[in-house]
Amino acid sequence: MFAYAIRRIIATIPVMAIVALFVFSLLYIAPGDPAAIIAGDQATPADVERIRASLGLDRPFLIRFGEWLWNVLNGDLGVSIFTNLPVRHMIAQRVEPTLSLMLLTLTFAISFAVPMGVVAAWKQGKWIDRIVMVVAVMGFSVPVFVVGYVLAYTFALQLDWFPVQGYTPISQGFGPWINNLALPAIALGSAFIALLARITRATMLEVLSQDYVRTAKAKGVGQREILFVHGLKNAAVPIVTIIGLGFAGLIGGAVVTESVFAIPGVGRLVVDAILRRDYPVIQGVVLMFSFVYVIVNLCVDLLYTVFDPRIRY
Amino acid sequence: MQRRSFLAAGAASLALPSIGRSQGASTLRFIPQIDLAFLDPHWTTAYVTRNHSYLVFDTLFGQDANFNYTHQMLSGHVVENDGKLWKLTLRDGLWWHDGERVLARDCVASIKRWAKRDAIGGALMDATDELSAPDDKTIVFKLKKPFPLLPDALGKSPSPMPAMMPERLANTDPFKQITEIIGSGPYRYVQGERVQGAKNVYQRFEKYVPRGDGALDWTSGPKIAHFERVVWTTIPDAATAAAALQSGEQDWWEYPVADLQPKLRKDPKIRLAFPDPTGGVEMMRPNHLTAPFNNPAIRRAFLHAIDQAEFMQAIVGDDPAMFYTPLGMFCPKTPMASEDGLEPFRGKRDYAKVKEMLKAAGYAGEKTVLMVPTDYVTLKALGDVMADTMGRVGINVDYVATDWGTMLQRRNKKEPIEQGGWSAFITGWAGTDHFSPPAHIALRGNGDQPGAWPGWCVSPELEQMRTAWFDAPDLKGQQEICRKMQVQAMHDVPYFPLGQFQTPTAYRSDITGVLNGFATFWNVRRA
Repeated sequence: MFAYAIRRIIATIPVMAIVALFVFSLLYIAPGDPAAIIAGDQATPADVERIRASLGLDRPFLIRFGEWLWNVLNGDLGVSIFTNLPVRHMIAQRVEPTLSLMLLTLTFAISFAVPMGVVAAWKQGKWIDRIVMVVAVMGFSVPVFVVGYVLAYTFALQLDWFPVQGYTPISQGFGPWINNLALPAIALGSAFIALLARITRATMLEVLSQDYVRTAKAKGVGQREILFVHGLKNAAVPIVTIIGLGFAGLIGGAVVTESVFAIPGVGRLVVDAILRRDYPVIQGVVLMFSFVYVIVNLCVDLLYTVFDPRIRY
Repeated sequence: MQRRSFLAAGAASLALPSIGRSQGASTLRFIPQIDLAFLDPHWTTAYVTRNHSYLVFDTLFGQDANFNYTHQMLSGHVVENDGKLWKLTLRDGLWWHDGERVLARDCVASIKRWAKRDAIGGALMDATDELSAPDDKTIVFKLKKPFPLLPDALGKSPSPMPAMMPERLANTDPFKQITEIIGSGPYRYVQGERVQGAKNVYQRFEKYVPRGDGALDWTSGPKIAHFERVVWTTIPDAATAAAALQSGEQDWWEYPVADLQPKLRKDPKIRLAFPDPTGGVEMMRPNHLTAPFNNPAIRRAFLHAIDQAEFMQAIVGDDPAMFYTPLGMFCPKTPMASEDGLEPFRGKRDYAKVKEMLKAAGYAGEKTVLMVPTDYVTLKALGDVMADTMGRVGINVDYVATDWGTMLQRRNKKEPIEQGGWSAFITGWAGTDHFSPPAHIALRGNGDQPGAWPGWCVSPELEQMRTAWFDAPDLKGQQEICRKMQVQAMHDVPYFPLGQFQTPTAYRSDITGVLNGFATFWNVRRA
């Protein structure tokens, strides 16, 4: 398995190269001009040209791409066109809030969705099953930003239990950290809980109808053990797959959630960068996201072997 | 630890919103209009950068609410040689934030850098034979001809502001950003605490000595910093910004959006104020190179279709106190404004008649590409009304919904419509930008010159009057020229004015001392 992991990590290199080329080309042909945005509304075309030249944006595509690629290979993601700050520094500043939000959301979603799905499968057709399904449909149907606004209005503005916006680094204490992230994590996790609960229920229903479960029951194994040891472990592969896929969804959702709760994360960074055509930042963030996504997929593949020993790489 | 005490501790740690608020007594928490992307005061015309710059940087002259210019970094000045020699003297007690003394040569370098990015600055340097610093405290302008607007230029508040900075920074190419933010203003910028796109922090500058005289107004008078720190938090979502203000997590929101103003008005802990009477002025800029607006008769006919009140209501609602019409070419209620020539904007609109006027002027159904930046709520609303207006008078409008960045790029194209060109775009300005001809680039008639603003209006008459304005002997003379410019502009139609609207600011009711003008942070304190 170790060799497999190494092979997969090496395989990320061409994937990243293709992503890099794709992103760079896409930005090159996309409309919009950072020099025009920097120059502002009052600028004349001559001003824009001067700024473009000073930023090196007037050079040919291949030269710019080659230079950027060389710098990336040397660990340098470049400098923001707008802020003059190194992209690596800007991403580093923003990673913690986004990572915190995603980890908390995943923890929250898994902690609620998996038991909900298991119980719904166990009590199939009963009222508790119907409630779980209603919650799941609502989670799917209501957009993240609406959930966010409702939570902020109720628990922050009216009840004053949580802050409306902002982020406190975990280095300043666990309490303030989770206090700031609780509402965003619930908002972001709402759709993911729904998805995960439904998948868990469907998979558990299939597993619970297997012969070995009937045998376990016949042997007098307890209900809890049947559900969480025999059932859930065998249902884990599709659930883990959905968690991995859901990670990509969370990245997208984080963009919205970070805007609604004014969290200074990578999601907001990339949205701002896209609106400004800050190419080095967009390229850096997309590269980082694709790398993280590749690694998450690798982790999911490796986790398969834990839950299903028959899987070998 | 027992379970009960653990839970109590946990609950206490979660009850942090109010604890956080109490810690903010010596900190002013401010939500700017948009994110502060650029820190260099000369580099951009973004208003948010101008506001930031007035915290950190100082100017030689200040400006009051009557648009008079008073000494700010100066102790005085003398004018000799029939107005062709100006000697400005720096006042005592001026220090840069890096601990060095402010010297005249720093100011000379700063003026030269700023003037390369500013219209009135450029005009001043065109009129200057030699700008020098014969000693540490004296700045000398030797002029080719009298330039009575010198204090106006060096004290102007529209962006880019004439910020003073150390010579080593001012020597940076004006088309490249400075890398250190060192000014001599009442607050110093804390670069280490910057979270780009989210947070900017300013610390009171202990060595700043406010002027001892002058009336405190706009950017003039003694700038006394009461808060130890000013923290700007970028909150992109308007509803979140409003909630943060209501909950007390923030003290001041620069521009609350129109939709949320009624809600804030009802909150007794929030005060809505209108400190800047110049507000915002909106316009549609036609392309004078492509049909149909390359035809001046069509431009003049279309003026009669513009219902400015309708445009303003689309962005600020029905309350007439929130907008002003008819808007001419200069910001209403400022010295150069008048209502000369604005007859086409008066009275009820007769769209059938305008349709006939357009036909008579030669409009033959040409496609009219209207670019509307939909990422700006105000401009999107104006664009919608404009498309509707064009439709009512039979103009074949092609509504191009785009984003600001793409529009700024596309509007530089001079090509015909079929090759990616355009016919008109919607944009807006701060009222102070249309205070007088020097900074008013939309009123230029230099469309045949390389440095012209997109739209490329050619009007030798407007250019002649602009030049004459600089040489006008007094205010009365300037006003007379501006009246004529407006009449001429209503004939040439360099752009279509769409109205002026008020932009309130919202702050917690325990905040006092907010001055007139744009958001400045001296004199502000907590009651």
